[in-house]
Amino acid sequence: MAVALSGWRSALTPTLSRHLGLALGGGILLLLLSSQIGAYDDYNLAAVAIFAIATAGLNLLTGVNGQLSLGHGALMAVGAYSTSLLLRGHDLPLLLVLLASLASASLVGAVFGVAAARLRGPYLAGATLALAVGLPQIATRYSHVFGGEEGLTVSPPAAPAWLGADFPPERWMAWIAVAVALVTMVLLGNLLQSSVGRSFKAVRDHEAAAALAGINVARTQVVAFVVSSACAGLAGSLFAYWSGLTAPAGFGVALSLQLISAIVIGGLGSLSGAVWGSIVLVFVPALTSGMASSLNLPSSVSNNLPLLIYGAVLVVAMLVVPYGIDGGLRRLFALARARWAGAPTNHKGVVDWDDPAGG
Amino acid sequence: MNIQINHMTSAMSRIAIGCAVALLAACGESTGSTNTASAPGITGTEIKIGSTQPLTGPAAPGYSEIAPAANAYFQYVNAHGGVFGRKITYEYLDDGYNPTTTSSVTRKLVLQDKVFAVFNALGTPTHLAVVDYLNSEKVPDLFVASGCNCWNDPSTHPYTFGWQPDYTIEGKILGQYIQQSLAGKKVGYFYQNDEFGLDGVKGLDQQLSSVATRQNYVPTNTNVAPQISALQASGAQVVVSFSIPAFTALALLTAAKLNYHPIWVVSNVGSDVPTLTGLLTKFSSGAAGGQLLTGMVTDAYLPLVTDASNPWITLFKKIHDQYIQSLPWDGNVLYGMAAAYTFVQAIKAAGRNPTRAGIVHTLETTKLTGGPGLAPYGYGSSNHLGYLGVQVATIGADGKATTVGPVYTSSDSGSINQYSGTPTTPPSNGIPS
Repeated sequence: MAVALSGWRSALTPTLSRHLGLALGGGILLLLLSSQIGAYDDYNLAAVAIFAIATAGLNLLTGVNGQLSLGHGALMAVGAYSTSLLLRGHDLPLLLVLLASLASASLVGAVFGVAAARLRGPYLAGATLALAVGLPQIATRYSHVFGGEEGLTVSPPAAPAWLGADFPPERWMAWIAVAVALVTMVLLGNLLQSSVGRSFKAVRDHEAAAALAGINVARTQVVAFVVSSACAGLAGSLFAYWSGLTAPAGFGVALSLQLISAIVIGGLGSLSGAVWGSIVLVFVPALTSGMASSLNLPSSVSNNLPLLIYGAVLVVAMLVVPYGIDGGLRRLFALARARWAGAPTNHKGVVDWDDPAGG
Repeated sequence: MNIQINHMTSAMSRIAIGCAVALLAACGESTGSTNTASAPGITGTEIKIGSTQPLTGPAAPGYSEIAPAANAYFQYVNAHGGVFGRKITYEYLDDGYNPTTTSSVTRKLVLQDKVFAVFNALGTPTHLAVVDYLNSEKVPDLFVASGCNCWNDPSTHPYTFGWQPDYTIEGKILGQYIQQSLAGKKVGYFYQNDEFGLDGVKGLDQQLSSVATRQNYVPTNTNVAPQISALQASGAQVVVSFSIPAFTALALLTAAKLNYHPIWVVSNVGSDVPTLTGLLTKFSSGAAGGQLLTGMVTDAYLPLVTDASNPWITLFKKIHDQYIQSLPWDGNVLYGMAAAYTFVQAIKAAGRNPTRAGIVHTLETTKLTGGPGLAPYGYGSSNHLGYLGVQVATIGADGKATTVGPVYTSSDSGSINQYSGTPTTPPSNGIPS
């Protein structure tokens, strides 16, 4: 008994237990929050969770491993189309569909990752951009399979009967998305603290030094690409359930660029940065849409106002918090701590690459 | 003492009168002379409706005028007493013609802004993304701005109603015109490769037996030279084009460059003269313009935008000049106002305190008449289609359209019938009674 218990204790490393605790606390908080807010806020909460999964994966690839991907929208499309095709004419359990979509996106990511590992800088950016431009076109080209421009519809996951008939489907979707996002965050957080995570950073910081230290650079890069693609596939699958439709226009180049802008605004290289970025990605458009009909501006101005505001947020974020919201908050905390406790601090407020999960 | 009793009686009689007044008021409420908050989006003073529109993105040129035009008509109605004293608030959100965005902004309209109905939401691929959702939430989905026949499906989508004639009906009537007036000429097709173009071709094929060549395009590829060359090579003397304005303009310019001059027959959505003139001038950097449109055949289901003598045009032009002067006076503005007129007709017919199910019931059982359209509305319990027919028109050298022959009505599979009704005129105050 005592032996079993101590074995269990040793499996529960301080990092894992800290991450599990954080996730559990966050989960309970969001559960309580989701029950207090309206259905539309639940709908947006689900979107934040879904984008957080995709941006966390992208942040692992770009922020932690140093590979820029402008094609993550296309990898989300792989997940979303897998889900839509699996659910066409079948009623499969959610978990199975999520895992299958994750697997298919990982596969595409693995194939592409092998090519990506040979490319650097602008060439990698160009290749991933080609993925973003090209992949959605397959859906229009083979419209009998993928439904063409109109896409494929997906029914939202039905809430279990014990929650009552009046339970909003948006809240159920939010619970699912938040739960999946928390599990993903715990897994990614642990991965980043492991030797694999350290080799990701080593490759980013200096490839030659990493190779000299015995790290297989190409393999590490492919692994990062696969893990990142898995996240994108998972997010794409949830995205299909959430929006009810998988259509090529939803996965254009704009989505890939939005994901990149989200991790830059949120904070490169940290999981909390991915969450902050997703909040901006979802709530700025949600708050600004509707300005066209409510403001008495010329339509050529008011129609483009939401896009303008999003652009302005990006520019202001770059100027005010160059290390993203996450970096800005860390700096603020560091300054506050220095002021009240007189503790030494990193005045630059630079994101601590070696402790990206925060703490 | 006596005085006190007197006081008491007068107090009691005052109470009695008060009670009677209160009773009358209560009576009045049950017969429907006061406004109640009868449905989501309806208060004593407001009717809130919403829409999704391409205010930005590839479909914005031209189409982004539709919602402000509808809103101008609602403002006009509001300024003249509103609907049973309620003001119409029209909240239209940008979806950039992206179905995924349509899906999320429609949720905003329904869940957050709690609109009574979605009105005139624009686009076939965009609206297909939300038609199931709106029906499962039992939100009236009125007068979709698209000619897809997918909106006419009362058993699966009881809350959805179309508005403009569907593309198959349009194709049939254009096909009949070609068969009768351009008999013996070789015909070729040029169409958008989606529901829009394919539905139109379905109608054309019902009328035309031999087609020289069928060429299609996708809106993401602006090079139409291969298709136009193939049409030229096939010897087609008539080209029927089911295309959006940008692609009508590209096709005309490419043909002119190849010195190919067939008779163009262009469906309504792709033939608005002011929009096309602008696009032709822009695409050719001023080398070509409206002269390429001379002799073009098209069709109309609303009075012609250039027909200043038509009372509907007078009315809508007046509202345009008063409320949305910064927008051009063109087919898109006319479209938005005419659809808004139909909405006011429907919401008035639904009574003082309408409900969501009530307006659907009204559209299915009360025959709406007297709208701006050339053909009658088709709404009924088994038909959620709007205008049932079109009239063929040709474009003259001055850019003005002239109607040719009578108005024809039809259905997707039925015969083509000549419509014999007289043209309607708007009520004197411009608001449906």
